[in-house]
Amino acid sequence: MDNLAETTSLSRLFALSGQAGDRHCRPVTGGARFSLRVPQASLGAAGEALGLDLTGPINRAVSAGQRTALRLGPDEWLLLLAETDAATVAASLSQRLTDGLYSLADISHRQTGIALEGVAVTDILNGGCPLDFDPAAFPVGMATRTIFFKAEIVLWRQDLTRFHMEVWRSFAPYVWSLLANVGCEYAD
Amino acid sequence: MTQSYRLSAGGRIDRTRTLTFSFDGKLYLGHPGDTLASALLANGVHLVGRSFKYHRPRGILTAGGEEPNALVGVGRDDAHFTPNLRATQVELYDGLTSESQNRAPSLERDYGAINDVFWRFFPAGFYYKTFMWPRKAWTKFFEPRIREMAGLGRSPQTPDAARYAQRFAHCDVLVVGAGPAGLAAALAAAKTGARVILCDEQSEAGGSLLAEPDAQIDGLPAAEWLKTALAQFVAYPQVKLLTRTTAFGYFPHNMIGLAQALTDHEGERNDAQPRGRLWQVRAKRVVIAAGAIERPLVFPDNDRPGIMLAEAARLYLERYGVLPGRRALIFTAHDGAYRTALALQRAGCAIAGIVDLRPNAGGPWVAAAQKAGLAIYPASTIATTDGRLRITGATVKPIAGGSGQRLSCDTLLMSGGFTPSVHLFSQSRGKLVFDATLDAFLPGAPAEACSVAGSAAGVAALAEVMASGAEAGAEAAGGSAFSYQVTNAPEAQGGFIGAVPYHGDPGSVRAFLDYQNDVTAKDIALAMREGMKSVEHVKRFTTNGMATDQGKLSNMNALGIMSPVLGKPVPAIGTTTFRMPYTPVPFGYFAGYARGELFDPERHTAIHGWAEAQGAVFEDVSLWKRARYFPRGSEDMHKAVARECRAVRNGVGIFDASTLGKIEVVGPDAAEFLNRMYINAWTKLQPGKLRYGILLREDGFVIDDGVIGRITDTRFHVTTTTGGAARVLTMMEDYLQTEFPELNVWLTSTTEQYAVIAVQGPMARKVVAPLITGADISAEALPHMSMVECKIAGVPARLFRVSFTGELGFEINVPADYGRAVWEALMASGKPYDITPYGTETMHVLRAEKGYIIVGQETDGTVTPDDVGYAGMIGKAKPDFVGKRALARKAFAEQTNRKQLVGLLTDDPALVLDEGAHIVADPAQPKPMTMLGHITSSYWSETLGRSVALALLRDGRARTGEQLYVPLATGNARVSVVAPVFYDPEGTRLNG
Repeated sequence: MDNLAETTSLSRLFALSGQAGDRHCRPVTGGARFSLRVPQASLGAAGEALGLDLTGPINRAVSAGQRTALRLGPDEWLLLLAETDAATVAASLSQRLTDGLYSLADISHRQTGIALEGVAVTDILNGGCPLDFDPAAFPVGMATRTIFFKAEIVLWRQDLTRFHMEVWRSFAPYVWSLLANVGCEYAD
Repeated sequence: MTQSYRLSAGGRIDRTRTLTFSFDGKLYLGHPGDTLASALLANGVHLVGRSFKYHRPRGILTAGGEEPNALVGVGRDDAHFTPNLRATQVELYDGLTSESQNRAPSLERDYGAINDVFWRFFPAGFYYKTFMWPRKAWTKFFEPRIREMAGLGRSPQTPDAARYAQRFAHCDVLVVGAGPAGLAAALAAAKTGARVILCDEQSEAGGSLLAEPDAQIDGLPAAEWLKTALAQFVAYPQVKLLTRTTAFGYFPHNMIGLAQALTDHEGERNDAQPRGRLWQVRAKRVVIAAGAIERPLVFPDNDRPGIMLAEAARLYLERYGVLPGRRALIFTAHDGAYRTALALQRAGCAIAGIVDLRPNAGGPWVAAAQKAGLAIYPASTIATTDGRLRITGATVKPIAGGSGQRLSCDTLLMSGGFTPSVHLFSQSRGKLVFDATLDAFLPGAPAEACSVAGSAAGVAALAEVMASGAEAGAEAAGGSAFSYQVTNAPEAQGGFIGAVPYHGDPGSVRAFLDYQNDVTAKDIALAMREGMKSVEHVKRFTTNGMATDQGKLSNMNALGIMSPVLGKPVPAIGTTTFRMPYTPVPFGYFAGYARGELFDPERHTAIHGWAEAQGAVFEDVSLWKRARYFPRGSEDMHKAVARECRAVRNGVGIFDASTLGKIEVVGPDAAEFLNRMYINAWTKLQPGKLRYGILLREDGFVIDDGVIGRITDTRFHVTTTTGGAARVLTMMEDYLQTEFPELNVWLTSTTEQYAVIAVQGPMARKVVAPLITGADISAEALPHMSMVECKIAGVPARLFRVSFTGELGFEINVPADYGRAVWEALMASGKPYDITPYGTETMHVLRAEKGYIIVGQETDGTVTPDDVGYAGMIGKAKPDFVGKRALARKAFAEQTNRKQLVGLLTDDPALVLDEGAHIVADPAQPKPMTMLGHITSSYWSETLGRSVALALLRDGRARTGEQLYVPLATGNARVSVVAPVFYDPEGTRLNG
């Protein structure tokens, strides 16, 4: 098995460590992440192992407790977990999916999170993301891989005015600066 | 400083506040609500520019974005300066600083006006003919002089102080233009609940209603109705009204570019807030209600300051309370000019007469003018005008001939009718259809989901304009139109295209067509005499319509001139294509936020901060910053690299390799997938082992390489080059999804999951081992090219025993957030061995000493595995892999003299060859010489105390031992061909 995120004597230094956040944006540090790939036939079993229903539509989030799965494609999920839960999740999947027809890759440190909140959030996102954030087009619970300016991101709408963004660590400072740059155009 | 042409009442300006502004250093007064043009006119200033070619004095011609003459530079200093702004669109603010263009030393006395004296020598296309001889004079004399003279305005030399914003938006209906048609369309669409964006280039919505004192809409004066209409939008939160916003471009699939000016009108603007915002709007439907543009009449000397379009003059009067002059002469083929005459007369301006090209003009406006006692000259023309810096009079003649009569005036207001503004529709690839009764191209079948309403669609009467807008809006949003009761707004009719008859020698007069490019009716005639028959050829020969206004005023008149000469109707000649932008958009809008450090993402590794604190010098590798070397004290790169090399060869060095691309390949078919992608065989590679893999393109050439570790039977850790990471993953996904969908394997980019720390050198194990738990990393337990999962400093790691230096080495993959801490733990552990951080430059030298290739340096996209000596890595038993069939082609198999990787040693050990230099057998050979190959890598080797070089050389391996030459700027260097491994060829150090 790959080296799962786990607690050690050393502390994690995040891509946005030291960034205080502003009225719109706040770094979300910590946590574990997996890229989970499961073919159609194993969806039920994988879902049972995770305690999450993976059969829902593409581009939607499902959560139970501290486990969240964002379905980014027909066979692709981004799992967002508590750091302490990572090993448990990996073990339950490998016990349940004995044919090995799946892929679980630890990407806990590949990316970092940014929480975005406020009525101006969709305006700010539209500074660099071409998607339509009208609730009819991008309802609460929707999650997708997209772009923010020149960086690839994953965006999950947690509430009408609250989003969670995932961005690769080396792109995080760029995205962070642009969020601040665009954000200063909006009062609230 | 008096506004002597400002009326005491009327217009939409705020007379309670007075603004001071300057034009060419002179101070003037104006009011909020003015444009720079209206304020200059209020001060009696018509002369605002010099023309492009002949440097003729020019005045304000229009009141909108089509203005060709009044182009000015605006800005308080160079960092806030914008050239070529249309004064008719510049909103006045207190302290506005503006200047005229294309004149020296002043507008009144301009040296360039010499061109006007010798105008006969500068016909259309003159530079194609005149500057052909003598040939050398073109580059030395003519071109530099022409470049100096060409172009309008001065470019600012300091970086733009402004910020620019960008914004994506989506809507159901985008309405372009907030005149009566656009307002009606937006209201109809909004009523359905649709998401509507309504944009207008002007500072306030309303279009023609902003200068409409007569008409009543639904029982309200037009201005009152406008207020209620705008108030209605407030009730619709899903409607966005954007003023000062020009829809400048129509892109495929209903993507519309909008340029929104945000702070230009605010004066001493706050640079923290953006100056403008570029909108990229994806609209389900677009309603184009862009209005119509009045045409000038083409008659001799129709360009003197004081000559204006009639509707523009009425607009200055009604909207800004400004008179264009004291005594106006009207020249028209359209009823609208009668309305202007009547309004001016009411405001106290004398009317010298109305000269109408039409013999029997009638209708309510003409009748009203007759009733008002205005002198009307039917079936007449203007033969010439006089006045140098301002018109002083014009000669009126009957079209039928006879003697002329000079009428004095200080302004001449003309109208050739209106040209529907079809620019955006044309940009959307919609077909234009010629309407012979209107002499206009109208929108035909659309190519995008759009419709055109109002005068842009050729509708003239206000009632019909509003009805067509309401209908278009309702249709776009799937609602029903509602009707408006419009009274006291009779339709104005008429129009003329071409050059007016003027009974003079056509060769001795200039009747201007394209004011911005100084194209005259004579130039069009010359073009046709030269044999140009297509409107596209005439355009390019004369430059008619090629200025920034794209022929908004001139295109139809050019067709009107061509049509009778060619004996073809206008539609048979066709019209030129309109392109974005509708009006010029400052570059900053397109650059947006992408300036300085935000131009591109600058990628840093987890260890970057440490290297920065140590004073590392960085280099760009794709988007990454990589530490190139770590200078100590006053060391230059050469000294630092020499020291770093010695440390790795004799002790231990530490290197940040985090930028290497990494791909996790997982699934039961992982080995089979790699078999098909890489040239190597993977099936027999045991878990815990590493192998160096080569990736080819379909054409058999090396595209990437990297060490691949087998973690378990079904899990591989693939590494790629730094620059190739994204390309390789994309290529693998492409093959997996399109060629091998049957394979159960999945790919995940893990480049950023791991920080990778290379510890290299004879002391490497001594540094690493004390930090390791859960694994034995002795030479026996963990030989070269093997790997183990373990913990280092308490952090989970994939520990690779691998070397790109030729020394005993480890590459330690740890989760990136721990990278810095593990690096520091290794530094502490290595302290007793004087562990030395080294950068990419040292890495390059060390690998070159060992002859390890770098993809992109030793390879250039035309290099096969055999060329670099790696043919032995090819899995011979494999049925296929990407590139295999290409390598088996006859051309490859039979080619005997391919370039192959060799080493070169110079006779002079101190001489470091130039990378890229050619290799020849005989430097005395007459030119062109036979090139045998080129240097790919060349370094000073501190280890060997001499220079070394790698090269691709024709039939290179067979030339081992030969002596060849490398011509350099300093002379010919003699070199010996050797094997491309300079250090420890047996590899004993690797296995230490």
